[in-house]
Amino acid sequence: MREITYRQALNEALAEELERDPNVFLMGEEVAEYQGAYKVSQGLLQRFGPRRIIDTPISENGFAGLGVGAAMVGLRPIIEFMTFSFSLVAFDQVVNNAPNMYTMSGGQFNIPITFRGPNGPAHQLGATHSHATENFYASVPGLKVCTPATPRDAKGLLKTAIRDDNPVLVLEAELLYSSKGMVEPPDEELLIPLGKAEVKREGSDVSIICYAQTVPLALKVADQMEDEDISAEVLDLRSIKPLDEQAIYESIAKTHRVVIVEQDHPFCGVGAEICYRIQKNIFDALDAPIIRVSQEDVPMPYNERLEHAVLPNAEKLLAAVKQVCYA
Amino acid sequence: MQPVEQRDEVEMLSMMLLIRRFEERASQQYQAQKIGGFCHLYIGQEAVVTGAIAAIRDDDYIITAYRDHAHALARGTTADACMAELFGKVTGCSRGLGGSMHFFDKKHHMYGGHAIVAAHVPLGVGLAFAIKYRGEDRVTLCFFGDGAINQGSFHEALNLAALYKLPIVFICENNLFAMGTSVTRSTSLRQIVDRAEGYDIPGEIVDGMNFREVRDKVAEVVDSIRKESHPAFLEMRTYRYRGHSMSDPASYRTKQELEKYRLDDPITRLRAQLTREGKLTNEQFDLLDKQAKETVLASVKFAEKSPQPPLDTLYDYTYANGAAAQSATKNSDESQRLESTTGQQGR
Repeated sequence: MREITYRQALNEALAEELERDPNVFLMGEEVAEYQGAYKVSQGLLQRFGPRRIIDTPISENGFAGLGVGAAMVGLRPIIEFMTFSFSLVAFDQVVNNAPNMYTMSGGQFNIPITFRGPNGPAHQLGATHSHATENFYASVPGLKVCTPATPRDAKGLLKTAIRDDNPVLVLEAELLYSSKGMVEPPDEELLIPLGKAEVKREGSDVSIICYAQTVPLALKVADQMEDEDISAEVLDLRSIKPLDEQAIYESIAKTHRVVIVEQDHPFCGVGAEICYRIQKNIFDALDAPIIRVSQEDVPMPYNERLEHAVLPNAEKLLAAVKQVCYA
Repeated sequence: MQPVEQRDEVEMLSMMLLIRRFEERASQQYQAQKIGGFCHLYIGQEAVVTGAIAAIRDDDYIITAYRDHAHALARGTTADACMAELFGKVTGCSRGLGGSMHFFDKKHHMYGGHAIVAAHVPLGVGLAFAIKYRGEDRVTLCFFGDGAINQGSFHEALNLAALYKLPIVFICENNLFAMGTSVTRSTSLRQIVDRAEGYDIPGEIVDGMNFREVRDKVAEVVDSIRKESHPAFLEMRTYRYRGHSMSDPASYRTKQELEKYRLDDPITRLRAQLTREGKLTNEQFDLLDKQAKETVLASVKFAEKSPQPPLDTLYDYTYANGAAAQSATKNSDESQRLESTTGQQGR
């Protein structure tokens, strides 16, 4: 194991899969000559050439659709959105074409495409650039959605996504690109299956269910809870769809108390679906009502203090954990 | 492969007849409520797809919009598979899961059947991208209507195709109306082909009612593309005799206009050309027409007796490689509902 950044981990995943499979190519805005808006694709143009690392004009609908078409005849496109906020311009391709093709063609055309890029609120980018899109996309049958929070998960999930025969969205955490973590050496194949959550911290009093940018938040709050003699388990979903329900139930069977901390909006958010499934399947294990911590239900303000108030933050999460523990 | 001018024109005429008789019968079956959803007929436009297909190889790619029955038939999908799809049967070209607007046939390189206006034009560019990526000499024909040319995805796709010099022919089937809105009320340009000029793509206007002109023009641009990859644009001037869909009485145009185009009917025209040249007798034509009608009638019988897609396969066509991919998201409530409805018959 060695320590690398989330950005480097993604870069390694791309390079390894480009190396392994000639059908894989990377396309998007500024991915080639500029070396990536967030430098995730740094050095790939030099290594793999302009045939496989392809700059596009600012035409998200156009190049997302190009990817879907290329996937129909067996290529494995990796389509980078500079941010998933911009994927909304390509919503029709991601929602109507990529996931529907397999059904509409009676199983003749699967679409082995990866859509990737940063997702979720970053820092003071305002309402148009701060979208957390996971709940939009996870609601669409035919799509898979993963949300890595660590360099290791980023590498392992992206590689798995590229090899998947279906459209997969890899929602990277914009604020975590420079974060560091331990990852297997490059000569060790690292594939992390979609639909497998991971306990990032063991605990016995309360389960904090989180993903993406809320994972470091949950870990921080769990540490703080130690001082109050509350042992918090942190369960990182890693994939939103498929959802690892088993891991959720196993954790709750142990702790009997749940806080879900999500980076999207509360109404029809990821946590709403998880709450439904918990109460339906493991109702008797609960000792307290589930609490969700999410963004506030407003468009993201630019003002830093207001932005902090909108986001799921440490104060809100602490309060929620205490509340479910009646502490 | 034979030079296109030597391909059997009588066979092509026979295909045009099959398309026309298929659409007439589809109309009748729709009215008899054997066919659900939307149903857009191609009658009047037969020379466009037949001429274009006559000019390409079997391994070239084609993709089109929702008025797609003819494109599948012309490509070689059987009338049985097409009619069964309209009936929603498992023997349909999309297993009854696509319907009228979503015909697919992988074996015949027919990539759909797409119902969001212009959303498939980027897909066509993607097919062409794959051809160039792999260094092949195939060509993609991307069909769309005059209504598509004002969508953003159309413009983005043309720009990408020109930028990357991709082997694709954009074929605009200009039948003068996007649903009920005439081109003159939807498009600022004097002629649609000028859209291509904006992207430095060579474009031409073609008489879409004339099989030979369509075939020769498509052959010419395809030949040029195979020599050196580039996009091209053909505006086919054509006309649909029926409304936009089955529910449209087409009251936005006059009977006189329709009659004017009927006089220029593509089937009548090719028949007259072949008869004049001594390649077709009246008896032969009548026989071809009879055969087309019989094929279509048989397809209705086939569709009627074909089974429905089994209810227990409902979850089999959402993710490739299986139910396993989905097991974690499959809602137990949904499964229960499914079980409780297995006794019901669909229509």
